[in-house]
Amino acid sequence: MSCRQVVKRASYKSKIKDPGTPGVLTLTENKFVFRPNDPSSAAKFDVEFKHITGHKNTKEGTDKPPWLNLSDKDRSYIFEFGSFHDLHVCRDFVGNALAKSGEAAKASSAAKPTSAAKTTSEKSGVTLPDEQLSTAEMQLRMKLLQEDSELQKLHMQFVISGVLTESEFWATRKKLLDGDSRTKSKQRVGFRSSMILDTKPMTDGRMNKVTFNLTPEIKYQIFALKPAVHQAFLTLVPSKMTEKDFWTKYFRAEYLHSTRNAVAAAAEAAEDEELAIFLKEDAILASEARRKIRRVDPTLDMEADLGDDYTHLPDHGIFRDGSKDVMELHNELYRRTLSQDLNRQGAVVLQGRTVDVDLEDPRTVAEALMQSRQESDESAEQERLDRITRMTEIEDLQEHHDHPVAQLCIKDPRDYFDTQQVNALKTLDDSRTGTEQKKCSLTTEEAYGSLREAISKIKSIGLKNSTVAPEIAITVLNGLTQNISSTKYQLGKNPQDSVLDGLPNKTKEELLHHWMSIQELLRHFWSSYPITTTYLSTKVGRLKDAMSQIYRQLEEIKQSDFRHQVSLLVRPMHQALDAAFQHFDADLQKRAARSGGETPNGNL
Amino acid sequence: MKFQVEDVTVYFPYDHIYPEQYAYMLELKRALDAKGHCLLEMPTGTGKTIALLSLITSYTLSKPQNPVKLIYCTRTVHEMEKTLAELKVLHNYQVKHLGPQAQILAVGLSSRKNLCVNPTVVAAENRDSVDAACRKLTASWVRALAAENPNVPTCEFFEQYEKAGSGAVLPPGVYTLQDLRAYGKQRGWCPYFLARHMVQFSNVVVYSYQYMLDPKVAGIISKEMQKESVVVFDEAHNIDNVCIEALSVSVRRQTLEGARRNLSKMQHEIERFKATDADRLRKEYNRLVEGLAQGGNLPLTDTWLQNPALPEDILKEAVPGNIRKADHFVHVLRRLVQYLEGRLETENVEKEGPVGFVASINTHAGIDQKTLKFCYDRLHSLMMTLEITDTDEFLHVQTICDFATLVGTYTRGFSIIIEPFDERMPHIPDPVLQLSCHDASLAIKPVFDRFQSVVITSGTLSPIDLYPRLLNFHPVVSRSFTMSLTRDCICPMVLTRGSDQLPVSTKFDMRSDLGVVRNYGRLLLEMVSVVPDGVVCFFVSYSYMDGIVNSWNENGILKEIMQHKLVFIETQDVVETTLALDNYRKACDCGRGAVFLSVARGKVAEGIDFDRHYGRLVIMFGIPFQYTLSKILLARLEYLRDTFQIKEGDFLTFDALRQAAQCVGRVIRSKADYGMMIFADKRYSRHDKRSKLPGWILSHLRDAHLNLSTDMALHIAREFLRKMAQPYDKAGSVSGRKTLLSQEDLEKMGESIADEMLR
Repeated sequence: MSCRQVVKRASYKSKIKDPGTPGVLTLTENKFVFRPNDPSSAAKFDVEFKHITGHKNTKEGTDKPPWLNLSDKDRSYIFEFGSFHDLHVCRDFVGNALAKSGEAAKASSAAKPTSAAKTTSEKSGVTLPDEQLSTAEMQLRMKLLQEDSELQKLHMQFVISGVLTESEFWATRKKLLDGDSRTKSKQRVGFRSSMILDTKPMTDGRMNKVTFNLTPEIKYQIFALKPAVHQAFLTLVPSKMTEKDFWTKYFRAEYLHSTRNAVAAAAEAAEDEELAIFLKEDAILASEARRKIRRVDPTLDMEADLGDDYTHLPDHGIFRDGSKDVMELHNELYRRTLSQDLNRQGAVVLQGRTVDVDLEDPRTVAEALMQSRQESDESAEQERLDRITRMTEIEDLQEHHDHPVAQLCIKDPRDYFDTQQVNALKTLDDSRTGTEQKKCSLTTEEAYGSLREAISKIKSIGLKNSTVAPEIAITVLNGLTQNISSTKYQLGKNPQDSVLDGLPNKTKEELLHHWMSIQELLRHFWSSYPITTTYLSTKVGRLKDAMSQIYRQLEEIKQSDFRHQVSLLVRPMHQALDAAFQHFDADLQKRAARSGGETPNGNL
Repeated sequence: MKFQVEDVTVYFPYDHIYPEQYAYMLELKRALDAKGHCLLEMPTGTGKTIALLSLITSYTLSKPQNPVKLIYCTRTVHEMEKTLAELKVLHNYQVKHLGPQAQILAVGLSSRKNLCVNPTVVAAENRDSVDAACRKLTASWVRALAAENPNVPTCEFFEQYEKAGSGAVLPPGVYTLQDLRAYGKQRGWCPYFLARHMVQFSNVVVYSYQYMLDPKVAGIISKEMQKESVVVFDEAHNIDNVCIEALSVSVRRQTLEGARRNLSKMQHEIERFKATDADRLRKEYNRLVEGLAQGGNLPLTDTWLQNPALPEDILKEAVPGNIRKADHFVHVLRRLVQYLEGRLETENVEKEGPVGFVASINTHAGIDQKTLKFCYDRLHSLMMTLEITDTDEFLHVQTICDFATLVGTYTRGFSIIIEPFDERMPHIPDPVLQLSCHDASLAIKPVFDRFQSVVITSGTLSPIDLYPRLLNFHPVVSRSFTMSLTRDCICPMVLTRGSDQLPVSTKFDMRSDLGVVRNYGRLLLEMVSVVPDGVVCFFVSYSYMDGIVNSWNENGILKEIMQHKLVFIETQDVVETTLALDNYRKACDCGRGAVFLSVARGKVAEGIDFDRHYGRLVIMFGIPFQYTLSKILLARLEYLRDTFQIKEGDFLTFDALRQAAQCVGRVIRSKADYGMMIFADKRYSRHDKRSKLPGWILSHLRDAHLNLSTDMALHIAREFLRKMAQPYDKAGSVSGRKTLLSQEDLEKMGESIADEMLR
């Protein structure tokens, strides 16, 4: 399959109704040639793929014979094959060839970008009823390949070399092919998940003064988290007080809160009504909660329970028994609990960043946030209903539903690689405990000095004993051994500086590429289990071969200068592959055993 | 799919069925045939509800000459909604395959608060004020007044409903509360009264436990249900507690103060009536002489909560002469309140039996037992006579009368406990007088007597032989089903040590130890970094959770946890908790991942499912024992020991472990689902504790997982998650024992399958 040329028997038809001219079809990388059996026949041609703009074929299992239809600008070539197998081989080959010629065309004619992939589907005179690949789809694939060089590399590596068929390759990327989901949105930045609400005051110890740090980002977060503060800001600043006063007051309230002295807070609030705003329960939040509770998923609506509970009329039921809990609740008005803060934080993070303005000016932020709050959605009712059906179904008793999936958009795949790497290494040895890294670099002077000292020592004492004290020798040896593997100690502690960056570009790229290829192959590999058809078993065989090839290549890379670092990176990859090989072997044995049991002659 | 369970053709809305569902149906069918009660334990996530609904509806369809009515009791409103949603799927399926003859009427019934569509009424804050607001618009005397004076406001929905008269019926179908509201809005009929009315005619009624068990509510709602009904209590592991609560009353200072206010207001009203309409009071007196405490058949809208005593214990005789006059009755109540106030002024804990208490009331306040017994009905009658609609204001005096009636009616199975303060907070004086019921069998007895089949089912009824003793009944079928699994999709672990290898526990002397707090924190932190989507944690109490989360916050663990997942917490505020849960689900849906911190005996543990990605891991921090020094608990334990020979320790462990099992058991919804459970307390490694867990958890608890530390647990978790991510064979056809049956399988296996599975 991996050969660069395909030769098949086929008969050529100029029209569907045409009886056809039997002959031999030869497909090469950039052109296809048809030679009729009867040399006198006129149906002889030699067409380059770059002229071909679309291809279609009939599906197996329909009553149509195996036809392949290649069309260019003004005519189409229909070939009838002896079997569907032949057809598939040719179809895949043509698909690859077209993709390649498309790229080539693009590269060669950057000035006129519309060379190969021009829409001609309406022009093609003949349409076969059961087309496998529409022109549009084909173009989409080509475009995807052109846009994404990594994808293209993978495609070249696996599809062209025949490890994966065209359709297998794309089957795992259905989502990519789904039209508009492809139009990449820019990565959206979320709301920070760590709490700012407990911006810890810093005390400098000497004076009785506490300092709070305030950045535009924090201001934005405060507004988003606390609508009451937000509201107060809009009404008070700058008409009643300056921004600085506002924040001072806010943090005074926060400080009071952090002392957990509800009585003192109540006393202060009684005197200062603006301060009270910050300390009191957030009325806007409360009303929002009442609004939201009506739209909540009915399968978890505990408020409705409360409304149905006649046992717990005030004072009915058991008031104080062992199973119920008691909490001290006094001065409730001025008591905001950590739990409330946590829940609020979570809710805001989920809403995501609603404002897309410059954070410098708190006033504009405040206003923008106000606007974003006013929008409300109408589809809530439908969503409620959907949720309830999802909650009641038993998944595996019936056919599977496809739930909508939000697309994951990672700006830089490298980030992902790094985090994966860190995780993988962590798993490698959890036992790694806090061995501290020694400071091992010496200046030239120091080295020279110690050398001279040693020499003078030898001069004075002579070479009777060993020049270096054994203790020192052992520390040096240990230090060196550790230094070699120091990367191991550094790694994982800080995901920002990865080992990868320390490698030369070539190795780095190679590694990343292998990593991608392995991911791709493994994905196909695991998705083929459990093996139910012979098709799957051959596919797995192919994949296994390809993987062992990469395995060897990785071994080779390991032999480079940066042996240690590289092997660190390669190890998780090898492990993943090993796991796959192991599974492959085990499964093979199991199947062999089973089939052996069923059919006495041992045939699969 | 469609198959035979003995002579019944069962219509089941899915293409496949689990073998245990089939076995469950078979047992249930036998219990129905025998017209007896049954007790069935089947693990959560094996589709109990749908199996039960399918069988009972199909049973009715196959025996059209004597149809059974299904009364399905759930603990919570959201379970009610879920049950109705499943029934809807089933009903659609049956109608599609059988045509109109399969049509049934199924309604969910809830309070006015959840059903009312009148915007002015439903705007009220809580249930009681919604009830009162409704009465203000719909009470018979209000409507009579409105007929003369058009300025008196009424409820248009109710008026419309009344106008439609007998034409106001629901067409066949399955109605969730939401559907009822929508239908009511569309037709302009009051959904609450429509549902109340339709309950008698419907084939399936779904409502809360209390509507069946609490005599106050059951007296109005479940009075007219026919004997040929099947009553199902789903998630019934806590049913004994519901029964006990239904017959218990507590009186606090606030109650007594409120009752005093109520009494002066009533006195005031009586004076007013004396001046303007003395005839009314006389009429009432005459009626009472004739022995009609209830005043005949009341209009639907005037009904009020019923007598708190069980139906057969209510005396059917005339109200005693000393309280027939309104003035006298109010006076008696005043004396009672005064007496109770005196009793609350105690410095020590007092415990007394009802007989002694009644005797002491008689000597000190001069109220005899019979008078006490009639208090509730007399109050009810007086409220009607005085035409009081703002019933929410009068709850306090109602509580006092409930108390009086119960204490006058029952002589055993109860005790009166007066505590001057809560033992856990001795510095805050908060005296309370509690009439506490100890015997769960009292409240449920009328249900067993009245209905031909009562089904008690749950995921955790272990040990299954304890329930018939606690509830005092004799099931014809009592069975515990195991779960047939295609793969080991649950992974329970017992974690006894933290990352520093020191033991962890919530034992009283250890729980505030900083090392334990930190170890628990590290455990959660390590877990959130490897487990995808949702993680749920249960703590032993609110106060413990509050404390531990605060200290996690202080030492930075919480911050680290938040880098991995969002954190949501259950609070005692129901609205906030509901919203937090909703957000938690959203976070799991969108892939952000979240942790939900909750309390083992709280509202969330009671009925919220954390299945699929909503809960890949549940951590149970500690063993949720009750507060063992509680006087009420001690009294109950004593009663259990004396009456049922159940040992105190056994009951406490049973109770704690059923709570724990209930918490962790909610992670699995189907066999395609998977989840881990960590019991983080060294005490779980002891056999006497662990063995109380339900069998389906124990069977997956491997010996190697009995004594883990954090790092080992982490390793197991990683391995488990990796294993679960692999594709697998759903039907389990390879391993020999099928875990998913299709219609063909069932037909092929025929009758033999049943016997095989029940072995």
